Amino acid sequence: MQRLLSSQKVLPYLLILPASLFLAAFFFVPFVQVVLAAFTSDDGFTFTHFRTMADDWKFMPALSNTLGLALVVVPIQITLALVMASLVTRLRRGRDVVLYVFTIPLGISDLAAGLIWFALLEQNGFLNSILYGLGIIPGPQNLLDYRNTAGLFVAVVIAEVWRATAIVLVILVAGLGLIPKEYDEAAEVFGAGPLKRFFLITLPLLRPSLQTALILRTILAFEVFAVVAVVAGNNLPVLMGETYAWQFDLQDHKVASAYAIVILAISLAFTVFFLWVLRDRTREAAA
Amino acid sequence: MMRRKQGTMIALAALTLAFSVAGRAEAQGLLFWSTQAKPVEETQKMRTEVLGGFGKPVDYYGNDAGPFFTRIQAELKAGKGTIALLGGLHGELASLSSDLVDLKDVLSATGDAKINPTLVSLGTYGTAEQKYLPWMQASYVMAANKEALQYLPAGADVQKLTYDELIAWGKAMREATGSPKIGLPAGPKGLLHRFFQGYLYPSYTGSVVTKFRSPEAEAMWNAFKMLWEEINPASTNYGFMQEPLLTGEVWVAWEHTARLQDALNQKPDQFVTFPAPAGPAGRGFMPVVAGIAIPKTSPNVEEAKALAAYMLKPETQIATLRATSFFPVVEVTLPDDMPAAVKMSGATVAAQSAAPDAKPSLLPVGIGGLDGKFNKVFIDTFQRVVLRGQDVRQVLDEQAATLKDIMTESKAPCWAPDKTSEGPCPVE
Repeated sequence: MQRLLSSQKVLPYLLILPASLFLAAFFFVPFVQVVLAAFTSDDGFTFTHFRTMADDWKFMPALSNTLGLALVVVPIQITLALVMASLVTRLRRGRDVVLYVFTIPLGISDLAAGLIWFALLEQNGFLNSILYGLGIIPGPQNLLDYRNTAGLFVAVVIAEVWRATAIVLVILVAGLGLIPKEYDEAAEVFGAGPLKRFFLITLPLLRPSLQTALILRTILAFEVFAVVAVVAGNNLPVLMGETYAWQFDLQDHKVASAYAIVILAISLAFTVFFLWVLRDRTREAAA
Repeated sequence: MMRRKQGTMIALAALTLAFSVAGRAEAQGLLFWSTQAKPVEETQKMRTEVLGGFGKPVDYYGNDAGPFFTRIQAELKAGKGTIALLGGLHGELASLSSDLVDLKDVLSATGDAKINPTLVSLGTYGTAEQKYLPWMQASYVMAANKEALQYLPAGADVQKLTYDELIAWGKAMREATGSPKIGLPAGPKGLLHRFFQGYLYPSYTGSVVTKFRSPEAEAMWNAFKMLWEEINPASTNYGFMQEPLLTGEVWVAWEHTARLQDALNQKPDQFVTFPAPAGPAGRGFMPVVAGIAIPKTSPNVEEAKALAAYMLKPETQIATLRATSFFPVVEVTLPDDMPAAVKMSGATVAAQSAAPDAKPSLLPVGIGGLDGKFNKVFIDTFQRVVLRGQDVRQVLDEQAATLKDIMTESKAPCWAPDKTSEGPCPVE
């Protein structure tokens, strides 16, 4: 035993064994079960569940809403987080306080975040009360009206940006801390302005962090669920909401699994895309 | 290892407890096996305040549907049992109906208690026998802010409203206040599907499944689109109508009695309740009926029948209402110390089911796990026709195909208001 533990060959595997077992039991096994559920029926292999899913009138709206949300939310979050991260790293005093304040939404569950924004935006919400109190509107306005899909979409975007920009910010602040100050100082000596330094020095050196942040946020964006459910109810179907509905309301875990596979496929495609676009080209050039 | 040992110990303790409890039940008088009054406080009240007055010991057990069926089915299969009396919802007792004792003689022995005839006839499941006796009921009713009453159309009686009058009323309120004042619980947590299944469809077509895509149904959806013009668009966010009623966002609403009680209890002088409107085919409503039945394996049928008769006495019915918040099925005068919500909705539930044009429509029977998909048919039809303005005929045809699949898969025969069928309920 003693020898086994001290052996350089075996030790690493022993160390990752618990984590691997955990992943196998709680991620890999359920994953295989989901795949089996999505592609099989009593008669063996089938696409029936995918057909049921695609034939449902809510599938196309759910797909386009989810993609739309991801494509709008993620770029806003990355831009915003870059600005906020640059701001935070430049602060001399109170840096930690500002960082804590920025990351408060990180500590709030997405359901709670949804409820906060619903309380702000609903017909008797805070926004309506303020506007009415200031005499800007004659009476309570229903901002989350089912007829106003664009309004619902914007409300979800605002709530999502507020809720999940902080995670990008944390990754980028860490990434900025890793960039040696000498590059920036050297560029300054050669007369490069702040914008030029940001685009030619900071951004390229930040690529690994950006890659991580993009992949993480995009995958999470395709799983958007609780915020939409609270703010927009049934009026803005998304893929994850439909998965939940098929699993729990309609008690059909096979179609729910088909939805899960679709979400997985989209997430995988985007992950591969980001890995490829943001790959390290300097090494390719050297080779 | 320690953990596992502890787990085993707990499991053993639980088993011992379960056995000793069951053993105790069998040692004492009649075993009343039920799916109702499950929460501990309600079970306790059933035992002491409701069944205490029977004179003989009764052991009341409120179970989840799973254990309820496991035990009674095992006893029926064995041909002898210890359960004397069953209590369950109409849809639950339906699957046991061929193993239940005819209770017609109990009905004639209840003396002057006036039992609601509509509910009594539900208890026959369309046979010549009285399979169960109605025990208690809940339902969905209308509630209105008193502010709204001045806008009622001329000649309309709020207690005998029709859907056309409701539309006219909504229009008058909208024109007077500038915003639609009728509300429906169309949010994710709302029970709007019950409105279509139990109220709109029976009122316009006299059916829920069979005439799903009939010309009457088409006319119904077009009428509902007119009603929707008068409905507060925030309805798609509403879960429990008591909230928008209390804020005044909505003046007139349809809702389950349990989901109105906060509004009625907080401002009893501000609100009135009244039966749901009637359509061309009658006053559709959905009673949630619990019944009492006696299994053929009951160890003491005579005493069980005496207990069933006791449960229908007006005093017992009022005690049951206090214990469970379910309403009486016999005519009673409610005492003054009842909460306002109980008094108001109790009177309305009774009036609604006793209306001359009443058209009771039951919760789906026999479709089991497909309940969610059954509800989706109605909610999808609503969302497509009303919220997205799709063509009524086309949506009905498409959704009817889904409905037909559900009926075929579950093999469920028709339930009220549809006429009983051999085999799965047809969608014409």
